[in-house]
Amino acid sequence: MSSTPIKKVTGKGVFVPGDDIDTDRIIPARFMKCITFDGLGEYLFHDVRKTESGEDKQHNLNDPRFAQASILVSGNNFGCGSSREHAPQSILRAGYNAVIAGSFAEIFFGNSTNLGVVCVIASDADREIIASAIEAHPELEITIDLENHKIFYGGQSVPCEIKQGARDSLLSGNYDPLDELLEGADEVSKTAGALPYMQA
Amino acid sequence: MGKSLFEKVWDAHAVRQLVNGQTQLLIGTHLIHEVTSPQAFGMLRDRDLKVQYPHRTFATVDHIVPTNESVEPYSDPLAQGMIEELRKNCANNNVTFFDTNTGRQGVVHIVGPEQGITQPGTTIACGDSHTATHGAFGAIAFGIGTSQVRDVLATQTIALNKLKVRRINVDGTLPPGVYAKDVILHIIRLLGTQGGTGYAYEYAGTTFDKFTMEERMTVCNMSIEGGARVGYVNPDETTFEYLRGRPYSPKGAAWGAAVEQWKSFASDTNCTFDDVVNIDASHIQPTVTWGITPGQGIGIEESIPAISDAPTQSERDSVAEALEYMQLEGGSPIKGKKIDVAFIGSCTNGRLSDFQEVAKYVKGHKVAEGVQAIIVPGSQVVAKIAEDLGLDKIFIEAGFEWRAAGCSMCLAMNPDKLVGDQLCASSSNRNFKGRQGSPTGRTMLMSPIMVAAAAVTGQVSDARDVFGFASAGV
Repeated sequence: MSSTPIKKVTGKGVFVPGDDIDTDRIIPARFMKCITFDGLGEYLFHDVRKTESGEDKQHNLNDPRFAQASILVSGNNFGCGSSREHAPQSILRAGYNAVIAGSFAEIFFGNSTNLGVVCVIASDADREIIASAIEAHPELEITIDLENHKIFYGGQSVPCEIKQGARDSLLSGNYDPLDELLEGADEVSKTAGALPYMQA
Repeated sequence: MGKSLFEKVWDAHAVRQLVNGQTQLLIGTHLIHEVTSPQAFGMLRDRDLKVQYPHRTFATVDHIVPTNESVEPYSDPLAQGMIEELRKNCANNNVTFFDTNTGRQGVVHIVGPEQGITQPGTTIACGDSHTATHGAFGAIAFGIGTSQVRDVLATQTIALNKLKVRRINVDGTLPPGVYAKDVILHIIRLLGTQGGTGYAYEYAGTTFDKFTMEERMTVCNMSIEGGARVGYVNPDETTFEYLRGRPYSPKGAAWGAAVEQWKSFASDTNCTFDDVVNIDASHIQPTVTWGITPGQGIGIEESIPAISDAPTQSERDSVAEALEYMQLEGGSPIKGKKIDVAFIGSCTNGRLSDFQEVAKYVKGHKVAEGVQAIIVPGSQVVAKIAEDLGLDKIFIEAGFEWRAAGCSMCLAMNPDKLVGDQLCASSSNRNFKGRQGSPTGRTMLMSPIMVAAAAVTGQVSDARDVFGFASAGV
């Protein structure tokens, strides 16, 4: 499905500290007993945000100062673990459309890109600067500029990286590959025809 | 220049290059389950698309099935709704479904191999990150998200970037009491939880040559815990012997032709790899995780790392976070930590050989007072053979609960969950915060034998001491 090209993402940020933020933390498995993705936004980072009795913990994600945030800033290996698309779906449905991290787990990165959730990499030092800036000024507007590989905030900028293919797909609005895959049907049947195990 | 198995299988399944430079890759075998497929079927309906190659998708139900009730409707209406949705989607789209009444249901990564669906030289995708398990057969197998499940259903392909290949050679003989599970925990400890990002892992060396298929599956299964989406072992006689006569294996004249073709997919001896790692099997110890990532593992004789041992601030933060969550003290021995629950099962260690090995040693022992110990077969086929061999009676006599097939306490989407901050000795694959169903529950990953040793002593123990390995002459 051709979608609107994504060249920039602008919004306020929230810092979720820690490396290896896994998909169970992003969306605990017990909230995946569903047959659609509707409503998953409510459970984003549930156990990070809530005590066992359901009260809010002290966390940036519960802090009213960051309630308007639409960009997550986190650590290394973000999204490790399960292949559950429920993770980027819950991020998207909770109102976030980009993640700035030190690195991303591969399956999470692919799932996010397919949904148009922009995942860019920035260095430890640069993320620390952005996190401090957000902490000091929660209303600060952050812009991820994919064309120029830069993150702008408060009149300053730091570099960011993203895989070339993902960047191209986002810039051209072709991040959902289904239409292009469907167009290859004849070639798919040729490739399948050459493989004995594919025969009915 | 020779080619690796990864390159050969990739080339045989590459359909064409897409505009963004990714490859449109044919997925020969598609496995689905109840958690990550219903939304994909919904997306197909929304766009009025049909399943393009229904004979190449196989379904089973594993994540949400209860292991202690077999009569429907299940007491959890959400679980019941999910199994019914999968039944409906399979029936409407002519997809084979190994349902609970077939005798062939189980954890998807155990069902594929035991039915002979998993074959060398194939591509296999499933909406589950432990799909690399099937790589044990020399398949390129990996986990995908639900939008990609949709893509496979609609086109039998996905858009993917080619991976680099890291060869991991493990050579020599494992010491007594050291298992395939320890090998992969050791590899992840060594290379880290993101060391495999962008790579397929080719596991090789004399240790793997001697491994059974079930041991190879245990290692490949946890590739993703080291960041590698794909992990595989080159196919050999062990692979072919395992597949001979299985329900979906080629039959008659087709068998010989298939074996010849499968052999041709093995990595050429003169191929080069993007990276090579060599490991001496004799250095691997029974390994236990102390933290909240699968890379936070140590040998049973070692002490839990102290915060000050970590070289960088971010690593010190990670150790501190893990110690606090696990309620452990840095520098103290891991041995002797009291456990509350013991779990043997999962797509990592829920196969017949896991249960045979445990049964051999727990006979004559009793689960310690205050410990709940459950054993969950990975499939109905595994359960049936285990019961025919009388293993269930040995486990029950020793104080374990013998359950029905499913994912169970590996991710606790069914009623099997930790309560509060219980500590679980687990043969599964993830020790993330809250993984086993309680937001404060704690998990220590280890081999099934080490779980059994913890179950009978009530604490993290060296199975070699508990079960007298040296004298048993293993």
